[in-house]
Amino acid sequence: MTARTLYDKIWDDHLVDQAEDGTCLLYIDRHLVHEVTSPQAFEGLRMTGRRVRAPEKTIAVPDHNVPTTLDRANAATMTEDSRIQVEALDKNAKDFGIHYYPVSDVRQGIVHIVGPEQGWTLPGMTVVCGDSHTATHGAFGSLAHGIGTSEVEHVLATQTLIQRKAKNFKVEITGHLMPGVTAKDITLSVIGATGTAGGTGYVIEYCGQAIRDLSMEGRMTVCNMAIEGGARAGLIAPDEKTYAYCMGRPHAPKGAAWEAAVTYWKTLFSDDDAQWDKVVTLKGEDIAPVVTWGTSPEDVLPISGVVPSPSDFTGGKVEAVQRSLDYMGLTPGQKLSDIQIDTVFIGSCTNGRIEDLRAAAAILKGKKKKDGLRAMVVPGSGLVRAQAEAEGLAQIFIDAGFEWRLAGCSMCLAMNPDQLAPQERCAATSNRNFEGRQGRGGRTHLLSPAMAAAAAITGHLTDVREMMTEKV
Amino acid sequence: MEKFTKLTGIAAPMALVNIDTDMIIPKQFLKTIARTGLGKNLFDEMRYTLEGAEIPDFVLNQPAYRHSEILVAGDNFGCGSSREHAPWALLDFGIRCVISTSFADIFYNNCFKNGILPIVMPQEVVDLLMDDAKKGANARQTIDLETQTVTTSDGRVFPFEVDAHRKHCLINGLDDIGLTMEKVTAIDAFEKKNASLHPWA
Repeated sequence: MTARTLYDKIWDDHLVDQAEDGTCLLYIDRHLVHEVTSPQAFEGLRMTGRRVRAPEKTIAVPDHNVPTTLDRANAATMTEDSRIQVEALDKNAKDFGIHYYPVSDVRQGIVHIVGPEQGWTLPGMTVVCGDSHTATHGAFGSLAHGIGTSEVEHVLATQTLIQRKAKNFKVEITGHLMPGVTAKDITLSVIGATGTAGGTGYVIEYCGQAIRDLSMEGRMTVCNMAIEGGARAGLIAPDEKTYAYCMGRPHAPKGAAWEAAVTYWKTLFSDDDAQWDKVVTLKGEDIAPVVTWGTSPEDVLPISGVVPSPSDFTGGKVEAVQRSLDYMGLTPGQKLSDIQIDTVFIGSCTNGRIEDLRAAAAILKGKKKKDGLRAMVVPGSGLVRAQAEAEGLAQIFIDAGFEWRLAGCSMCLAMNPDQLAPQERCAATSNRNFEGRQGRGGRTHLLSPAMAAAAAITGHLTDVREMMTEKV
Repeated sequence: MEKFTKLTGIAAPMALVNIDTDMIIPKQFLKTIARTGLGKNLFDEMRYTLEGAEIPDFVLNQPAYRHSEILVAGDNFGCGSSREHAPWALLDFGIRCVISTSFADIFYNNCFKNGILPIVMPQEVVDLLMDDAKKGANARQTIDLETQTVTTSDGRVFPFEVDAHRKHCLINGLDDIGLTMEKVTAIDAFEKKNASLHPWA
């Protein structure tokens, strides 16, 4: 048999039909659903009298709109339109008989954190959701990507998706990461190197020693932002760490089925002589803690750098950089570590898992946030929150002056009350620094949880490595 | 879905690169449970002040472009979130075609599901179409999906590529779900085979 990539193998194992013109029908193993991109899809089913073909493979959880304050059981904490959307999901889940984690359930959280946590996401699966950060699940070696609402309806009705195969893009991170450098720095650095359209038309497979060394949490952070690089999906081949993470999860196979699954999962890797359409290699040792300075995730530089000038760029990027600098209120040549911040947000499907909270707490332990700065931690799920409380992390955040919130998407996209005011500047562990993303006029700098914690202490963007030296 | 065959209309130039879906339709408008009514909030934060007044410089607020049906845009249009509210807002405003050097994958797919034709052209052609669009309301461009051509206001013709299946669906206004439902036997067979091969899935 010809050599295949991991993507080729998963694709082949899910191909239902291929038309003469090359249009393919791909089977979907897991369909994750949230309240924002699904109401029109369920309405479409009702209007056509269609049912959900595989309700047992369909999992819903409200996350985008839900308040994260402790009083959220009080309906008045939500605006009316948000409440209508969440109530629509409550009703749709019930009417169509799909798995559901309501706001009141301790397992509720961001859909991309709940899926893996509950064992819905497993290696070799196809996973879709009406949300671009579905790429997260690629960390398990599952082909996972975002879809629009029309496609949500298509998957609900047929459990398949009409697709054309993407090309294969290998991103290799060789060697080892230096102290203070994290999965977030890897994924941002890759986007910085390839651009936000560099992955358009491709599925990325992340490989190399530095990727193998990452925990499952770190791998999810890397794959989560494959979409910010323009790729349809990001993948990491499963290994012993993957199996260990999945084992014993509520919806993971058990007993003989587990053994059979692992036997299959062990076939899920790119063959040595597989053909790649594009290859990018970064040295792990060359990656520094990074921050974004502009309004595109490709606007990324090491924390030791300075704000660039539009004249450093060519083509359409010149105008875009000028617009970014005006929006961000930055001056070319300004040191990134001199940028003062108003707010710190730790959370999101990129960095709202237990390991992220541990990394931030390790920096914050015994310290206080800067006076006057707003700081919040929003765990990715109710179970992450409970674990962080059990490990004593919550108390570290509270003692440092952070708000300790309930689970949800929160200030990553500010659909709930957690928003930036115009010109408010935020160090955020989320995934998008677009204009208005965290609130109209809000200014976002993306960084790792450890870097966010360091910024909270000093009140400006800070090289976390300096604080680590202090600790030693 | 409304059919798309041939369109002659005003083209609005938006040269900015990386126009993301948060710009096309900001998140506060995603709380709707309908598909319609989003046109007034298309490009909301670029188009209106915080107080809700129109920003006169913004292209779709200029008299020549208020009835645009085509957008000629900078590279990587539609990047970011999967929100189908982006094409819904474009369509509700009256935009039926977007031309750029590249589109983000999910946005590109979403357009076809809503009767909008996204056209990928090389940089030099997009530059020419952008210059043509800048001539204003009298510079109508023609998009012919049947012949796969764009014609500028002064008669220059440029061919474009489009996937045959998607072209077929757009020209005939076909809904994908109905077409896939015709393949139910193949789906049944796949599920049966998969249940024995990968029972955990």
